[in-house]
Amino acid sequence: MQQTWLILGATSSMARAFIRKLAHQGDGIILAGRDTDDMAATARDARVRGARLAEVMRFDARDADTFAPLIDRMAREEGTLNAAVFVGSMPPQSDLDAAPDGIDGVIRDSFTGPSHVLHLLAAELEQRGSGTIVGVGSVAGDRGRVGNYVYGAAKAGFHTYLSGLRNRLTRAGGHVVTVKPGFVDTAMTWDVEGMFLVAPPEKVADDILRAVEKRKNIIYTPGFWRLIMTIIRLVPEPIFKKLSI
Amino acid sequence: MTWRSGSYTGWGRALVADGPMARPERLSALHKVAGQAPAIGNRRSYADACLNDDGSVIDMTRLDRIIDFDPNAGTVTVEAGVTLGDLTTLLAPRGWMPAVLPGTGHATVGGAIAMDVHGKNHVSVGSFGQQVRSLTVLRNGQSEVETAGSDEFRASVGGLGQTGIITQATLSLAPCPGTGVRVRERRMDSFDEHIAQLEASTSPFVVGWIDATATGDATGRGIMEEAELVDRTPPPDKKAKSVPFDAPHAALSGPVVRAFNAAYLRRVPAMGRTRIRSIDDFFFPLDRIANWNRLYGKRGFHQFQCVVPTAEADALKDMLEFIGTSGLASPLVVLKKLGEGRGGMMSFPMEGYTLAVDFPARAKAADVIKRLNQMTADVGGRVYLAKDAFLEPDQVASMYPDHAAWAKIAAKSDPEGALMTALVRRLKLREVA
Ligand SMILES: Cc1cc2nc3c(=O)[nH]c(=O)nc-3n(C[C@H](O)[C@H](O)[C@H](O)COP(=O)(O)OP(=O)(O)OC[C@H]3O[C@@H](n4cnc5c(N)ncnc54)[C@H](O)[C@@H]3O)c2cc1C
Repeated sequence: MQQTWLILGATSSMARAFIRKLAHQGDGIILAGRDTDDMAATARDARVRGARLAEVMRFDARDADTFAPLIDRMAREEGTLNAAVFVGSMPPQSDLDAAPDGIDGVIRDSFTGPSHVLHLLAAELEQRGSGTIVGVGSVAGDRGRVGNYVYGAAKAGFHTYLSGLRNRLTRAGGHVVTVKPGFVDTAMTWDVEGMFLVAPPEKVADDILRAVEKRKNIIYTPGFWRLIMTIIRLVPEPIFKKLSI
Repeated sequence: MTWRSGSYTGWGRALVADGPMARPERLSALHKVAGQAPAIGNRRSYADACLNDDGSVIDMTRLDRIIDFDPNAGTVTVEAGVTLGDLTTLLAPRGWMPAVLPGTGHATVGGAIAMDVHGKNHVSVGSFGQQVRSLTVLRNGQSEVETAGSDEFRASVGGLGQTGIITQATLSLAPCPGTGVRVRERRMDSFDEHIAQLEASTSPFVVGWIDATATGDATGRGIMEEAELVDRTPPPDKKAKSVPFDAPHAALSGPVVRAFNAAYLRRVPAMGRTRIRSIDDFFFPLDRIANWNRLYGKRGFHQFQCVVPTAEADALKDMLEFIGTSGLASPLVVLKKLGEGRGGMMSFPMEGYTLAVDFPARAKAADVIKRLNQMTADVGGRVYLAKDAFLEPDQVASMYPDHAAWAKIAAKSDPEGALMTALVRRLKLREVA
């Protein structure tokens, strides 16, 4: 069956690595994000690499007017419709401490904006009785830490949303994969000190694709993060609150 | 999020730079930092060509998209950060490949242009820069297109990053009948035989491996590989390996290298042999072992590479004698014939023979390599700036006759000298005599 993917946040390097894999399979791809010039280059790359279709559309998680056109465009494609969400923003926690107004933006970018789009798409998936949604969350959403708990809270919200959406779409033949990456070698982590076990975006993309094929529910990527996060979650709160990890 | 501080090295790891590095993932992010620092690729240059100790650098590897591929014309337009290995993997099954490939697939298109790299087919097709139709170069906040033939273009090709940041290039490709390479290997017993056979060969791809531990009559012995692309399916590549940590210094000591080289020679039967190998395996044999540079231990290694005019081939024999008695040679020694093709003013290739030798970075290596540099200069040869760590500024002018013309264009492109690298400063390349 013909596959078409809506990629929210197509400028992120994780998204770009994933788009290359989809292109290699010959899938159709709608690249959505704010930097349309940059996405145009990625779309051309995808076409050369074999994408059946690679089109750029403007999407801004903070501008709801950009949502419906994405769904309309997807609906025009035959076959199975899928989506992968790579959007999110992680300003330094200190910026948010200085200007708490920024919190709303983080929630919008990382949780409510993309959830709104997925909600619109979900109806279409239900109608077609197929389709996979990949939601990229974060290990930061597994437990609030002093270093980035606003971002973590937004991702935790998104995780919960995805779990509910999975519950809903499963009934209609669809599927939802929650992806929790650890540290990935992207612009976001480029200058962050103390990064360890940093995975290349290609590794994350590989893991996501495998999870889609095997209809996994929740994956950590690289896989060892499941163990790390299990341990971190098990630390009792009286102790955890004193740690700085 | 833009600059990361820390230390980094070229492939040889013997020279270390400390300073901020940016790695833009989008053109808009590149525009924000352009003009502040030179561009670097995958740091497959060995020494300081890709370092900037007094300033910062811009890593181009994330701007690696293929913008256009025309299978009828055999051309491809790419962003500068794409690697030649990636491009080859993608294009070979569609009947095309980059016409020039260096010995590693990890080199980026930007790095291959800025060093005007050569391959095992230099005699028949020329250098990488000669396959470039046009370039997009970012300088002084402006994107400019340079087309083959112009002075600006000839300053950017082989231009060591000094004329601006190459963001895109359009390349002419070579037809590729399949993913197989037919390789004929023959033992060469002496330097003279090696040179005579390189000279006699009519194969498109030719390369000689030399056992640099040999001395006396055996000096220059080794294996010559001649190859052509064929429409045959190669056996599957062996699984890639990796060197997980720095090897102890003893790993490449004299006796180990001698034993390795002897075994390597004997692999090839006295009668020679012919095999079908994969494109990757033939062109990028060392890439199968990730981080093989760690075999040289923490201190790293140097590579010496020179080219001498055809009539001065015997100078290479003298060099090999000298290297053989130094006790420093490593297993990686390569001899190739070069044609006259060169794409830029500062390009390395010239008609003659090129010798490349790795040396562990022990105290003695500097003296040995300086001596080899001088031997090269004495016969009108040239040392390759992608590898060099020991040339002196005054040796450059005679080796690179177009240097002054190039330096003028570089000065116009980058009046502030913001694009200078450690190599450029060390050799005073931006000063016009
Ligand atoms: C195992 C091995 C085998 C090799 N074999 C060969 C060979 O057979 N023939 C050969 O010629 N070379 C060979 N080389 C050398 C290598 O091909 C060159 O050093 C090449 O330049 C490396 O490309 P890079 O992308 O790593 O560039 P870097 O080493 O990062 O940079 C090299 C130069 O290019 C400039 N540069 C890089 N990107 C840009 C850009 N976008 N715009 C402007 N300037 C830029 C840098 O400023 C620097 O001056 C080999 C190297 C290795 C490690």
